[in-house]
Amino acid sequence: MEFLRPATWDEALAAKAEHPTALPISGGTDVMVEMNFDVHRPSALLDLNRITELTEWSITDGVVRLGAAVPYSRIIDELSEPLPGLARAAHTVGSPQIRNRGGVGGNLGGASPAGDAHPALLAAGRDVYVEACSVRGTRLIPIDEFYVGVKRNSLEKDELIRSVFIPVADGPQQFSKIGTRNAMVIAVCAFGFALHPKNHTVGTGIGSAAPTPRRAVEAEQYLQGVLEERGLWESGDLLGTEVIQKFGELVKAAASPIDDVRGTADYRRHSLAVMARRTLTWTWNDYSKQIRSAA
Amino acid sequence: MRVTFTANGKPVEADDVWEGESLLYVLRERVGLPGSKNACEQGECGSCTVYLDGTPVCSCLVAAGQVQDREVRTVEGLTDGEELGLVQQAFVDAGAVQCGFCTPGLLVQTDALLDRSPQPSDTDIREALSGNLCRCTGYEKIMDAVRLASARKCQKVGTSE
Repeated sequence: MEFLRPATWDEALAAKAEHPTALPISGGTDVMVEMNFDVHRPSALLDLNRITELTEWSITDGVVRLGAAVPYSRIIDELSEPLPGLARAAHTVGSPQIRNRGGVGGNLGGASPAGDAHPALLAAGRDVYVEACSVRGTRLIPIDEFYVGVKRNSLEKDELIRSVFIPVADGPQQFSKIGTRNAMVIAVCAFGFALHPKNHTVGTGIGSAAPTPRRAVEAEQYLQGVLEERGLWESGDLLGTEVIQKFGELVKAAASPIDDVRGTADYRRHSLAVMARRTLTWTWNDYSKQIRSAA
Repeated sequence: MRVTFTANGKPVEADDVWEGESLLYVLRERVGLPGSKNACEQGECGSCTVYLDGTPVCSCLVAAGQVQDREVRTVEGLTDGEELGLVQQAFVDAGAVQCGFCTPGLLVQTDALLDRSPQPSDTDIREALSGNLCRCTGYEKIMDAVRLASARKCQKVGTSE
């Protein structure tokens, strides 16, 4: 096995082009578990720790460009306002020590359906893009095209994740996760939800309840329809239990979970409906308050 | 491969390091710092917590090659000269050590907590230590130890000012 230590981003891309089977390592919180337990022996490890720009973030024209290696602890401390959904998800990742090392790039690279960042990224809207770079150039992969199978993403062999572009939140966002305790838990299932008042859309993200992280498309369309027809974006009036109930059922129907050691498919479906109803209620209450206080 | 870094303020060098080896293994088996404990090897238990460039991390999840030219501080580096450091002494005095396996990680994580927040609430303590598992004491003595360390630290700061 080789250990590659590029000092710059260009060197990293050159190394990945030359060693397409090299496994990128940043925080190491997934990769090293595989090393320690001899699950996976890549031809080389490609260490990204020296590339400081991966740990930087910036905001331009209402879009956050989040470096792939910004650790979750900094997302919580520094980005809770522009990215509330992702910050909430970050707070549920592992433990303080894990959050000091792990970042969104690793979640995306691993593409586990249980990754905590995914539901929040999906919920953040359709204008979330993964910046994938190689010596051939850069492309922006829409988040809806990124997850292609169990632990598989749409990166090419010579590509590395540079950053993720995520619109600054323009409404309340929530994240909910089921696990056996409050820390050090891989999600039994998770749900991200966001209101996007500017373009009158809502965003959903389901975690750990399908082969890939996925959106509950029909639930989104149903809710958008109701909000539009009843003028609720303008009034901020109550949604009513029927709407909340239906939304939960549609989220549940969008999942295709399996039975495994962490939980049964039935339990996952049930808890997704509960999380969908709760996150919708929380965010809508917040939104109503904003509307009322603005009036 | 060869890896050189700073451990507890001193330059160290490890040879014949396997490329997939963890920092924890290098510390324990190659540079004579066995204080950090190897319990789960998957970041679940926190027993191997060390500072890497001032940030507490699980050393079992850091690849050895990633610490080249960087600074590591382990539980051995928490001493006050030849004496136990403030956090270490508080754990002894509070009886927060039973089998001792989780203790090095708890000490580093507590040290980091009190550095950031000298008077943490119980919720802050539980949150800070949520990634450190103890199978013996049931955490109450550990909570006592952190509160004791906090009180002593604040007192010390008070007297020196």
